[in-house]
Amino acid sequence: MRVNIHHMSVQDLEKIFQDKIDADIRIEPKDWMPDAYRKTLIRQMSQHAHSEIVGMLPEANWITRAPTLRRKATLIAKVQDEAGHGLYLYAATETLGAGREELLEQLHTGKAKYSSIFNYPTLTWADMGAIGWLVDGAAIMNQVPLCRASYGPYARAMVRICKEESFHQRQGFEILLTLSKGSAGQRRMCQDAIDRWWWPSVMMFGPNDDASPHTAQSMQWKIKRFSNDELRQRFVDICAEQVKILGMTIPDPDLKWNEQRQHYDFGAIDWDEFWNVVKGNGPCNKERLAARVRAHEEGAWVREAATAHAEKRELKKDRA
Amino acid sequence: MAENQWPLWEVFIRSKQGLDHKHAGSLHAADAQMAIENARDVYTRRMEGVSIWVVESKYVHASSPDDATSFYEPANDKVYRHPTFYDLPDELKHM
Repeated sequence: MRVNIHHMSVQDLEKIFQDKIDADIRIEPKDWMPDAYRKTLIRQMSQHAHSEIVGMLPEANWITRAPTLRRKATLIAKVQDEAGHGLYLYAATETLGAGREELLEQLHTGKAKYSSIFNYPTLTWADMGAIGWLVDGAAIMNQVPLCRASYGPYARAMVRICKEESFHQRQGFEILLTLSKGSAGQRRMCQDAIDRWWWPSVMMFGPNDDASPHTAQSMQWKIKRFSNDELRQRFVDICAEQVKILGMTIPDPDLKWNEQRQHYDFGAIDWDEFWNVVKGNGPCNKERLAARVRAHEEGAWVREAATAHAEKRELKKDRA
Repeated sequence: MAENQWPLWEVFIRSKQGLDHKHAGSLHAADAQMAIENARDVYTRRMEGVSIWVVESKYVHASSPDDATSFYEPANDKVYRHPTFYDLPDELKHM
């Protein structure tokens, strides 16, 4: 039997597509897919790639001031990983027909978003610990289910990313653990970082389920496997226990174990703050974007030189 | 293609001697040498490879998923190519 997709109606194609997804068969770049699926993926994956790239900035801020050589080497490796994660994701996004230049352009003009968490400043060394523990912890919680996302290249990139993220979270917790056993000043610094990073991390899971209109469709397409609130609850439950090892507290007076639900209850999220940062008015939005654009522009000569070098080498080869 | 857009390369990595090169992903680079060096930085930061192949993506030709049903059809009715197709007594050993 020869199935010629050119003779099929969109409804038929959509049915075949959804049947594949329901049967957990991955979608690959050359397979037929609905435009909306492609668009959703390009938006989500490029936002994700942008987040990895912009995410290098707050941490790079502390590389020169890391307290020991061990911490410095670790931080450099972590920031380099983020660059790698951005590249895996850009490459995966390009399999959907989006050009790299176009994706970067969208980031640099502010048309594309990246995770709002990177619009907060890194004020002390303890922030490197809090970012690793909380921000990377929340990211892992979000990303592990994406390893089973229905789009093959995305899922494969996520498998690689998740393997590497584990070190990020552990090194962060180790930084906080060290500070928590230090002087009174170091313990204060540790608690202060947790206080500042907690709520933005909790917000990383996105709006509540009832305010997240795309969730149902993304779940039907198996791009998303769990709702924002499900993942957020899981994150809170885990952190509420982990913080005890640090002997620190989570800045939420309503955080309390609920025997009946078998989960931690937690306080209301300040969604005004969330939307304000998303809309570009967070403490570092302008600074981050400017730094990214500057890096791209100042790197132009390197890209040109590499192209010229490649051409020269090609010429030499022809002559030989 | 934009002027500054380097070509796309597919990266294949052999994780250890004795195993095949396996597709790892893709990246942009000005030439093959740069593609190999970038592949090292992007795909082997944790000793994932002992050998790297790069191929410019435009040189990869692929079968079409639309024709998959008919394209692989010839093998579809040839179960006798598998050892389990043959009905042999349990007493028969070492086969």
